[in-house]
Amino acid sequence: MRLMTNNTPEISSNRRMRTLACTMLKLLPVAGAVLLGGCDWAVLDAKGQIGMEERSIIATATWLMLIIVVPVIAMIGAFAWKYRASNARAKYMPDWDYSHSIAVLMVLVPTAIVACLSVIAWRTSHTLDPYRPLSSDVKPITIEVVALDWKWLFIYPDQQLATVNEIAFPTDVPVHFRITSASVMNSFFIPQLGGQIYAMSGMQTQLRLIANQEGTFDGISANYSGGGFSDMKFKAIATTKDGFDEWTHRVKGSAQLLDAVAYGALAKPSEKHGVEYFSMVDKELFNQILSSPGRDPASLSTAGKKLLALEE
Amino acid sequence: MFGKLSLDAIPYQQPIIMGAAAFMGLVAVSVIAALTYFRKWKWLWTEWLTSVDHKKIGVMYIILALVMLLRGFSDAIMMRTQLAIASAGSAGYLPPEHYDQIFTAHGVIMIFFMAMPFMIGLLNLVVPLQIGARDVAFPFLNSLSFWLTAAGFALINLSLVVGEFARTGWLAYPPLSELQYSPGVGVDYYIWSLQVSGVGTTLAGVNFIATILRNRAPGMTLMKMPIFTWTALCSNIMIVAAFPILTVALALLALDRYLGMHFFTNALGGNQMMYVNLIWAWGHPEVYILVLPAFGIFSEIISTFSGKRLFGYATMVYATMAIALGAFITWLHHFFTMGSGADVNAFFGITTMIIAIPTGVKVFNWLFTMYRGRVRFSTPTLWTLGFMVTFVIGGMTGVLMAVPPADFVLHNSLFLVAHFHNVLIGGVVFGYLAGLSYWFPKIFGFKLNEKLGKWAFWCWLIGFYIAFVPLYMLGLMGVTRRVNHFDNPVWHAYFVAAAIGAFVILCGILFEVAQLIVSIKQRESNRDLTGDPWGGRTLEWSVSSPPPFYNFAVIPEVQTRDAFWEMKKIGPPRASRYRPIHMPRNTATGVIIGAFSFALGFGLIWHIWWMALVGLLGIVISLITHSFNQHREYFVPAVDIARIERLRSPALIQQV
Repeated sequence: MRLMTNNTPEISSNRRMRTLACTMLKLLPVAGAVLLGGCDWAVLDAKGQIGMEERSIIATATWLMLIIVVPVIAMIGAFAWKYRASNARAKYMPDWDYSHSIAVLMVLVPTAIVACLSVIAWRTSHTLDPYRPLSSDVKPITIEVVALDWKWLFIYPDQQLATVNEIAFPTDVPVHFRITSASVMNSFFIPQLGGQIYAMSGMQTQLRLIANQEGTFDGISANYSGGGFSDMKFKAIATTKDGFDEWTHRVKGSAQLLDAVAYGALAKPSEKHGVEYFSMVDKELFNQILSSPGRDPASLSTAGKKLLALEE
Repeated sequence: MFGKLSLDAIPYQQPIIMGAAAFMGLVAVSVIAALTYFRKWKWLWTEWLTSVDHKKIGVMYIILALVMLLRGFSDAIMMRTQLAIASAGSAGYLPPEHYDQIFTAHGVIMIFFMAMPFMIGLLNLVVPLQIGARDVAFPFLNSLSFWLTAAGFALINLSLVVGEFARTGWLAYPPLSELQYSPGVGVDYYIWSLQVSGVGTTLAGVNFIATILRNRAPGMTLMKMPIFTWTALCSNIMIVAAFPILTVALALLALDRYLGMHFFTNALGGNQMMYVNLIWAWGHPEVYILVLPAFGIFSEIISTFSGKRLFGYATMVYATMAIALGAFITWLHHFFTMGSGADVNAFFGITTMIIAIPTGVKVFNWLFTMYRGRVRFSTPTLWTLGFMVTFVIGGMTGVLMAVPPADFVLHNSLFLVAHFHNVLIGGVVFGYLAGLSYWFPKIFGFKLNEKLGKWAFWCWLIGFYIAFVPLYMLGLMGVTRRVNHFDNPVWHAYFVAAAIGAFVILCGILFEVAQLIVSIKQRESNRDLTGDPWGGRTLEWSVSSPPPFYNFAVIPEVQTRDAFWEMKKIGPPRASRYRPIHMPRNTATGVIIGAFSFALGFGLIWHIWWMALVGLLGIVISLITHSFNQHREYFVPAVDIARIERLRSPALIQQV
């Protein structure tokens, strides 16, 4: 299932990190037993650099906090038991209510842990900023994403093609998503590749991900958007360079074109929408959707477009 | 004449809704029949509905909260069974248009109509007694607050039968909640039930701040206040600071929907992110508004049942204040995924984590209160211990999600759902139920059944873990919230486990109900004749159970913290002569304004403009009329007080 096509040093260091993070996570008491199941744990079973780094943050932060959480829980049990009313041998000091050293400790220990976590939070917020270009020698591939009721429209501006509910990209190539919504708020999320970001009409958000392993990953909307929300899913196919070319070729072979009229029909609410391919797409469509939020571009006459331009 | 309202608004074709409606109708009819049969209408009206006694208003708040707990929990059970069924191609029994209303209603009900009234109810019961006051600062305002909450309660329950409720999630993010995407009355029910009850909550906040700052017994300086009163003060300051934001956010949404404005629409310059900012600028403080009084309850309980002073009183007070202030600068962590940029995300991530420090201080305070104490494992203690363990875990997952990149993969997932139920059930619900069992004997004069109470606790605790640990796991599997059905067969077992957990919690609730019934039946054998059933430390235990309507025949003089504990040590103070007591008169204005508010809300929801106008005018005229009422107070003569005090047990008379 996992074809390794690339064995650059960078990847193998990723793999080391992944194995380490995975081992650490497997030790977590709650998840431990079940984690061995493997690929069901989408967030922990990351297949791309971003996802792996985010996962290792979860592991590090959890371990750091367990340093204090485990002793506290143990102390709750121990104190409650030792000082139970029936235990007459335990010391009883009804008026003792303060100890400076305990007070200092109970502030300092959580502060130290929070300080460590804050450093992690500050650094990783910047290194894993979804807008930040990934450092890579390879030119990123751009995919424009439009959340519709209730499906995902993907436009490949460079390849001049569009799809619904399916994307493909080569492994080890950074993917730059430009995201908006033509309807309500959604969140664009491929759990195995890394974090999500909201899709909001009239606004463009960005997300940069990379897949380091081949596979077909589930993509979802992670923000409730109405009746058809539960089936608003897509597939993200990470494949080889050749596999991607083949996929592009297949899409290009489609008889459907995505012009204003076709988009107008597509934008109408629909549920459990299947995969669709469009061999040609209006290059300006994404920007048009972005600049005319809540409006159906197909319904705009030339005059209407002018009016809209004036209004903005 | 009737706006958008017609007979079609009643969902006849929905058996579940009609069943629930029939059940509600049956309960209402039997209550009405019982009141008529026992000729209790006048008693109900004069003793309860028009009462301005803080204890009675508190009891009414809590009854309302418990009713809503049952309804909100029914929603939970329905959702859990739906998800346990709806796997691998099965659509389950709740189609999205119904399911989406249920999860929206569950959130709205549990926060606004269960937790908030429960909290304000407990404050009403306890705060005036703890500070040695005879009532709250503004007794009529207190009644009005309650009746506004009750009007909101009536509106949201009516939405079940007449029309529909919102299908937007409990915070009704636009543009989904805008007219274009939610043309029905559901969002209008949401807006107006929250607006009406929200005004009530704000007024309650004002009232309690004034009460705590102005009505304390002589000698009770701020740093001698019981810790529950401290948390109540912080919580109410937060109410007054935060609820107006909610009111404004919902008012702007209402302007969009009613007058075609564009604050949050997609078109014409509206910006949905403004709403998200506003609603969370209220919403995040809100969770601390709820949990701070719970912290106060646990502090009182742990100290009482350890027979020991609270460890680090001053640090507890400062920690409470720090949380109250910090709560206002963390709201953005609810939308790290909105693209705010690394600096902003990191800032709010760090402020969020910093709140863990004062919260941690509190946990250590409770811990060291037990240390070298004599811990008695009564029901309130069990709730407290269960809370401490559960809340520490919930805090940990919360801090985890405060790291923005971790949140990117956990946001909106079932991990998040598990986290906030972990702190809300483990913190707020456990706290309020602990508080109820702790103060119940004070208010009603008899103890609750311990055995059933413990059974209830264990069911809640175990049920909580069975229900929510699978959700944590599902979140790590990339399962998002508010999904109606799923096709991954691996998830099925986890959803089934979660449903089983919900049913264990149901047993907990049934034990609570049984505990109430059994305790009422056996009340004669569980009477609290001392007024101090637990070996209490604060002033509420110095009066009889239940306290006389004026609370304190003689206002106590406070010398120290844990005032009653010290009084018990030095023996009863010298008996002083009774003086006439100045008390507020009952008034029907609260009920009347509540009724007009209901009419206003209902008229606005269904676009029945004349009814809205009648409601609005009614409110204004009632307020003006009330302000001309000169007979709002009276004096209880000293002889009457002496007579009432003589009827109390001899043990108590000594103490006064």
